Amino acid sequence: MSEYLIKNGFVFDPTQGIKGDKADIAVKDGKIVKSTEISSKAKTIDASGKTVMAGAVEIHAHIAGPKVNEGRNYRPEDKLFTYTPKGAGKRMAGGFSIPTTFKTGYEYARMGYTTAMEAAMPPLFARHVHEEIKDTPIIDEGAYPVFGNNWFVMEYLKNQEIENTAAYISWLLEVTKGVAIKVVNPGGTEAWGWGLNCLTIDDPVPYFDITPAEIVKGLIEANEYLGLPHSVHIHQNSLGNPGNYTVTLDTLKLAEKFKAKNKFGREQVLHSTHLQFHSYGGDNWGNFESKSKEVMDYVNTQKNITVDTGCVTLDETTTMTADGPFEHHLTELNHLKWANVDVELETAAGIVPYVYSPDIKVCEIQWAIGLEIALFTKDHMRTFITTDHPNAGPFIRYPRIIKWLMSAEARKERIDTFKHGAKMIEATHIAGIDRELTLYEIAQMTRAGPAKSLGMANLYGGLAPGMDADVVVYDFNPNTPHKPDDIEKAFSRAAYVMKTGVPVVIDGEVVNNGNKRTIWVHAKVNENPQVMRDIKDKFLRYYSVTQANYDVSKHFVPNPYVIEVDAT
Amino acid sequence: METVTLTIKNQPTLYLEADTITPDNFSGKKASEIAALHAYEGRDQVTLGKYFEVSGEGGATAEDTRIVVKGNVSRVKYIGMKMTAGEILIEDNPDMYTGAWMHGGKLTVKGNVDAFAGIGMKGGEFVIEGNAGNYLGAAYRGDWRGMQGGVIRVKGKAGSDIGYFMNGGTIIVHGNTDVHVGTHMEGGKIIIKGNAPSKVGGQMVGGEIYVYGGIDVMMPGFKYAQDEELEVDGEKGNFSLFHGDTGERHPKRKGQIVYGKLYLRN
Repeated sequence: MSEYLIKNGFVFDPTQGIKGDKADIAVKDGKIVKSTEISSKAKTIDASGKTVMAGAVEIHAHIAGPKVNEGRNYRPEDKLFTYTPKGAGKRMAGGFSIPTTFKTGYEYARMGYTTAMEAAMPPLFARHVHEEIKDTPIIDEGAYPVFGNNWFVMEYLKNQEIENTAAYISWLLEVTKGVAIKVVNPGGTEAWGWGLNCLTIDDPVPYFDITPAEIVKGLIEANEYLGLPHSVHIHQNSLGNPGNYTVTLDTLKLAEKFKAKNKFGREQVLHSTHLQFHSYGGDNWGNFESKSKEVMDYVNTQKNITVDTGCVTLDETTTMTADGPFEHHLTELNHLKWANVDVELETAAGIVPYVYSPDIKVCEIQWAIGLEIALFTKDHMRTFITTDHPNAGPFIRYPRIIKWLMSAEARKERIDTFKHGAKMIEATHIAGIDRELTLYEIAQMTRAGPAKSLGMANLYGGLAPGMDADVVVYDFNPNTPHKPDDIEKAFSRAAYVMKTGVPVVIDGEVVNNGNKRTIWVHAKVNENPQVMRDIKDKFLRYYSVTQANYDVSKHFVPNPYVIEVDAT
Repeated sequence: METVTLTIKNQPTLYLEADTITPDNFSGKKASEIAALHAYEGRDQVTLGKYFEVSGEGGATAEDTRIVVKGNVSRVKYIGMKMTAGEILIEDNPDMYTGAWMHGGKLTVKGNVDAFAGIGMKGGEFVIEGNAGNYLGAAYRGDWRGMQGGVIRVKGKAGSDIGYFMNGGTIIVHGNTDVHVGTHMEGGKIIIKGNAPSKVGGQMVGGEIYVYGGIDVMMPGFKYAQDEELEVDGEKGNFSLFHGDTGERHPKRKGQIVYGKLYLRN
């Protein structure tokens, strides 16, 4: 029986519509309860003069698995001078853009993040992903297996076999212990095997003779057929290319025909990730410009879409994606080292280091676009803060992004020190935006919004009685005057973080490794002998491993939290 | 200028990582404060005073501080790391990473240095009166930013992989080198007054390599361009210029392809 009372803080909780009112949060046995339900023995945490929010939810980051680890392997220079020695209950930790698993857990927790989703799990290497998740302390984690270039999916959808697609998805989520349907450059990554790419949603995939549009529509249909907690989660075609915003709008429009069908309160049918990389105008790097307004004007009108920003943080980082052809394109641009792998019938991946420099016009424009997406947003329950860690910048920069979003002065300071500030202003909208987001909107973007989009709003992202007791106190008084840097400082090192009722961070330092869980989705479907036979056949014919060696067995997931879905 | 003298009194059992031995860290400090500075022996944090007798005190700034290191420091790494100003004189043979990421000032080693000396160097003057080991003025493992500025002069010979991923600055080796000179080089100058056996300028994009002696086996990606009369390191000479590495990408400037330049003294 552990009871806590977090007293007198300024509470921001969009799930209950609390906008900075003074309130007490009561916790009993890992859950939020009504203040009347705890005894007088409850431990009191004084949050007076401070900001109280739910634990933040990361909807899209690359933090575990073979791609992340290859980044660590081939970038020893990313670790240089970053290591901290082990301490009481803490392991040695290091790395900047691709931190060790331990550092990943510690740093998320210290910023007040208590849940994170690994955004691209290659099914064949799901075991590796789960081994790293297991070694990432404190935070609850789940992983999205990738489906957008999967041979089964393309073959079934070519014949419009939604039920078979759904049965395959159900099987794959179970054997890989996955959470949601991730799509990366649909069709394009498979086309890369032929030295090609799919740069519009109508470019046919070689051999499979299916288009990205057909893959996306089919997967949305299968997702809603199953009623999964999260929607299809897409990294669109033509990422990072000037003029790609039309492809982005074409893809987003595919969602118009569909309605969300699930028991989790999720309203969208498509989550479009790292939108910054997909909101580019111009037709070359010379006339490259922001099209965030055009994209967000559309997103704002569509309730069935959620997005995350993919903010560029202007750091040296490591790009890594299942979008194999894009990474090849990038290494041809910056001539830095390139790693590339093909994952048999499923996907591919590439890795290239990248330096987002404030002295390069394109990087400055990218910085602006990421922030514009957040600032043009009308409903912050549908736009979330990400850096597509580590692609646009490391996740440890979230507090800085929050500062830029909450302070026009901080944005101006940044723009004033850009080398090509005037040219950047011409190509973007950022200088003309004086909007400053509120703490309530930040709580929507980092807590309630992503939790709802994930279909996990009953667990995470809020402080209503019955929810998991993930509570964060920031040493930030919203009612007293402050400098922009105070925001960044407060959000970098939370004063107090509780994960499912266990205090894990006090005064910005990790004090407990918590009781980390792995979330996965068990979607029950009717028996489907055809799909089972197809799976067996593909393993016999094509896979380099046997089916028996594919399954992520239980010991990889020692503390699971299973979300049950019944699609029978 | 104030002088601090460090005399080694105890040999570390493991190697001592003493990146605190710089004029920047010693300036404004008394001998006792210097002796209290941290270093690592394996995973244990130790103080410099455990291994060194410290005498004298630091100047007001790094610029006014001179450090003399005496005794057998062959088990001490990272001396002069990231130093920005002032002087260090090492009388014996330090271990690896001497003068790594040096920004400025002057570092002199009377003896030999081990591998990775002056890696990622940005500025200053680094003189090695004995021999240098492998990866002199190279990039850190994995990094593409090797030596970027400053001068390294080796009076003796140097090991392999010198100037790996070099972007700027000058390395002068009076003696011979081992294989792999200026691999991936994009800028700067390497002058070898002796011989270099082979793999000189492999995947070189830009920059200049001068070899006074001979190269046993040339890289196949180099093409003879012309003979040139040049002044190098203060002396005139006649050189054959080779362009390369033609197997590597090369940027264009004013419509002309820019190659790496390999000069062989005639």
